[in-house]
Amino acid sequence: MAEPLLRLEDLRKHYGGLDVTDGVSLDVMPGEIHAVIGPNGAGKTTLIHEITGIVAPDSGRILFAGQDITRLSLPRRVRAGLARSFQITSIVAGFSARENVALAAQARSGSSFRFLRPASGEAVLNDTAMAALDLVGLADRAAVPAGTLSHGEKRALEIAIALATRPRLLLLDEPLAGAGPEETERLIALLKRLGADYTILLVEHDMQAVFALADRISVLVYGRVIATGTVPEIRGNAEVRAAYLGEDDA
Amino acid sequence: MTTQLLLVQALNGLQLGILLFLVAAGLTLVFGVMDFINLAHGVQYMLGAYIGAALAAATGSFWWGLLLGLPAALAAGLVLEVLVFRHLYRRDHLAQVLATFGVILFLNEGVKVVWGAAPLQVPIPALLQGGIEIMPGLQYPIYRVAVLAAGVATGGLLWWLVERTRAGMLVRAGATNPQMVAALGVDVGRLFTLVFAFGAMLAGFAGILAGPIFSVEPGMGDNVLILAFVVIVIGGIGSIRGAFLAALLVGLIDTLGKSMAPDLLRLVLDPSAARQAGAALASMLVYVAMAAILAFRPAGLFPVRTG
Amino acid sequence: MTREALLPLAVLAALAVAPLAGFGGSYELTLLARAMILGMAAVSLSFLVGGAGLVSLGHAASLGVGAYAVAILDAHGVTEALIVLPVAVAAAAGFSLLTGAVAIRTSGVHFIMITLAFGQMAFFTTSSLAAYGGDDGYTLYGRTEVAGTRLLENRLAFHYICLGLLALTWGLCAMLLASRFGRVLRAARENAQRVEAVGLAPYPFRLVGYAIAGALGGLAGVLLANATEFVSPATLSWQRSGELLFMVILGGVGRLWGAILGALAFVLLETWLAEQMQHWKLVFGPLLVLAVLFLKGGLSGLVARRHG
Repeated sequence: MAEPLLRLEDLRKHYGGLDVTDGVSLDVMPGEIHAVIGPNGAGKTTLIHEITGIVAPDSGRILFAGQDITRLSLPRRVRAGLARSFQITSIVAGFSARENVALAAQARSGSSFRFLRPASGEAVLNDTAMAALDLVGLADRAAVPAGTLSHGEKRALEIAIALATRPRLLLLDEPLAGAGPEETERLIALLKRLGADYTILLVEHDMQAVFALADRISVLVYGRVIATGTVPEIRGNAEVRAAYLGEDDA
Repeated sequence: MTTQLLLVQALNGLQLGILLFLVAAGLTLVFGVMDFINLAHGVQYMLGAYIGAALAAATGSFWWGLLLGLPAALAAGLVLEVLVFRHLYRRDHLAQVLATFGVILFLNEGVKVVWGAAPLQVPIPALLQGGIEIMPGLQYPIYRVAVLAAGVATGGLLWWLVERTRAGMLVRAGATNPQMVAALGVDVGRLFTLVFAFGAMLAGFAGILAGPIFSVEPGMGDNVLILAFVVIVIGGIGSIRGAFLAALLVGLIDTLGKSMAPDLLRLVLDPSAARQAGAALASMLVYVAMAAILAFRPAGLFPVRTG
Repeated sequence: MTREALLPLAVLAALAVAPLAGFGGSYELTLLARAMILGMAAVSLSFLVGGAGLVSLGHAASLGVGAYAVAILDAHGVTEALIVLPVAVAAAAGFSLLTGAVAIRTSGVHFIMITLAFGQMAFFTTSSLAAYGGDDGYTLYGRTEVAGTRLLENRLAFHYICLGLLALTWGLCAMLLASRFGRVLRAARENAQRVEAVGLAPYPFRLVGYAIAGALGGLAGVLLANATEFVSPATLSWQRSGELLFMVILGGVGRLWGAILGALAFVLLETWLAEQMQHWKLVFGPLLVLAVLFLKGGLSGLVARRHG
C-alpha cells in the first residue's frame, strides 16, 4: 500500500473542558477524494484549522508527504503543497479575477520581493492564471473585479487560486456552501474533473455531493472519527446512521 | 538617591498613573465598544481642567469648580458626540483619526482665544493644603494624597459599574462582541452616547484634579492622550482592569525613569553626558516598555476581544 | 495611456512652470518648496496608507530623523550631500525598520497608536538632545553642499531639485505598487488571510514597505532642514504626522499623486488662513472635520471624475 499524502495522528484539542478534537487519526491517500462529514458541532472547523495551521493541536502529529508539519505556519504549509479554500469565500475583492490567481502563481514562481517590473505584465504569471481560470470555467471573466462575480463564480475562483499554488493536496472547506442548485451542479462537475488530477480532502455538508464525489469518507462525531470507508460502507454503517438520526431528533 | 526621595517619586508616579487611568478608562471603553479611535479625548481632559479652573475662579471655590465642572465636562462630551463623533462610527479609522484631529486643532486654539495662551494657576483648596508625614521627617502634600484616594475610589466605582450593573454588562458584552449586543435589541446608539459622555466626564474629572498640580495650558491634553494610548495598548483594548494596572505601570516608569535615569547613568558616564543621555533615555522608557510588552503580547496584557 | 494617468504629470508640469509663470519670487518659491517637500512625505505616507493599508500616525518621525541627521552632521562639520543624504536616508530607514518590526505585528487601531507612540518617542528624544539645541532647535551653518558647490543656495535650483525628488518619490512608489512586491502589499491590505493562504506571509513585505516609506520620509526631511536651515523637535511633532495624514486624505487615498495635490492645498490654505487671522486654527480644524465628512475620494477624486 502506498504512503498516505496526509496523515493525522491522534490529534487532540481542548477548549475549556470540551474535547473539540478527541484523538483524530486519518489518512488521505494520493489520488483519492477523501470527504470528511459530520453533524454540526462535530469539530470539522477545528480540524481544518489544525490541518492548515490556524489552531495548534494540544497533542498529536500532522504528516504531509512524510514531513512533520504540525508546527508550521499556514504560508509554509501552503508552500509545502497544501492548498485550501475557505468556507466563507476569501478573495481579494478589489483585484480582477486574473490578478487574484496571478498572486497565487507568483507565490510559487520565484521571489515576490521583486520591485521593478509591473507584475501585471509578467507573461508567466498571467499564463498560469489564465490556465487555472480556464480549468474552472472562468476564462471569460478574467478581467472582471473579483468582488462583482456571482457567488458560484467566487467559489470557482477560490478553487482556481488554490490550483495556481500547484498543490499536492487540495483542502476544500465546504466548497458548495451557499451555492444555488444550478451552481452546485456545476461545482460538483468541476470537482469531479479535478479529482482525476488532484488529491482532495473535502469537508462538506451536502451529502448528495459527498456521495457523488468521494472515494472514501470519514465520519466525525464529537471530535472522533467513528468510521472511515467507501460510500456503500458508510451508507450501511449503523453507528453513522445513529449519529445523523440523533441530530435529526434534536 | 535616598529612600525618602524614592518613596516620594513612587507616590508621584502612582498619582500620575491614577490621572492617566481616569483618562484611559473612557478611551478604552470607547475603543472597545465602538471600535472608535478618538484623538480628541485628550482635549476633553484639557477642557475639564479649564472649565474647573474658570469655575473655581468665578465661584472662589475649588469645590464648586469640581461640582459644576463635572456636568459641564459631560455636556461638552455630549455636544462633541452629537456634532462630530456620531457621524464617524461607521467610517474607517483613518477618517476617525483625522476628524478628531480637527477637533483638537479647534479646541486647543479655542481655549487660547477664551483664556489666553498663558498657563492658568489653580490654587490648592484650603482644606487640602499642607502636607502629612508619611515617614518620620518626610512630608507629602495632602492634595496629592487626596488625588490618589479620589482616583482609587473612582476606579472602584468604575469597576462596580462595569462589572455589577446592567449597563456595565452591556458595555462589557459590547467590547467583546458588538454584533451580539445589537442583535439583543439594545439601542447601541444610545449605549455609545452614554459611554462616550461618561468617558468625557472621567477625562474632565482628571483634568480638574490635575489643575492644582500641573499648569493649565493649551495642548496639555496632547501628551496625556498619547500616554493614555500607551496605557490602553499595554493594558489591552477594552479592559478596565488592564487600563488600571497599565496606567500605574506607565506612571511609575515615567516618573521614576525621569528622576533616576540621570543618576544611574552617572555611574558610567560623566555628569553632563549622564544628564543629557538620562533625559533622552527617560523620555523613551515608556515607549521602550510598550514595545517590549507588545513584542511578547501583541494584544496587550489583558486582551478582551477573542477571535 | 488613459487621461487619468496624465493628471499627475499635469500637476508636476504645473510645478515646473510655476517659477516662470509669475510665481518666481522668493516668497512664492519658499511656499512651493515647502509644499513639494511635505508632498514627498505625503506621497510616501500615501504609499503606506493607500497601498499597504498601514495607517501610520508617526510618519513625521522619519521626516525628523532625516532632518536631524542633517543637523547633527552639520554640527560636526559634515555638510556634503554625498555623505549627508545617504546617512540621513539610511538613518530614517533604520528607524522605521526597528519601530516597524514591533508595530507591524499589530493591526488596526493598535497600529495607529503604536506608530503615534514611537513618533512621540522620537520627538522627546530630539527634545533632550541639548547639544543640538534641545527644545529650541538647531540652526544650520548653511545649506548642504552638493559635490562641494553651494547649489542649494540658489532658490531656483532648489525648486527644481525639490521637484525632481518629488517626481522621483512618486515614480518610485508607483513602480513599487505595480510590482510583485506591491501586489502582495495591495492584496494584504484587502485580505491578509488570502495572501497567507497562497503561501506568502505579509509581515516581511509590510516591514520592507514601511522601511522604504521611512527612507523617503527621511529624504524629505533632508530637504526640509535645508529649506528652513533650521531643525527643531516641532519637525516631528505628532501634529505634523496628523497633518501628513490629512494631506493624504485631502488628496484622496488610493491615488499617490493625490497626496501632492493634498500637500499643495494644505500648505496654501494654511498660509492663506494664517495671514487672514491670528487664530486660524479655529477655522482650519472644522474645515478638516468637514473635509473628512464630506470630501470622500479627496481632491484627486474630484479632478479625476471631471476629467476621467
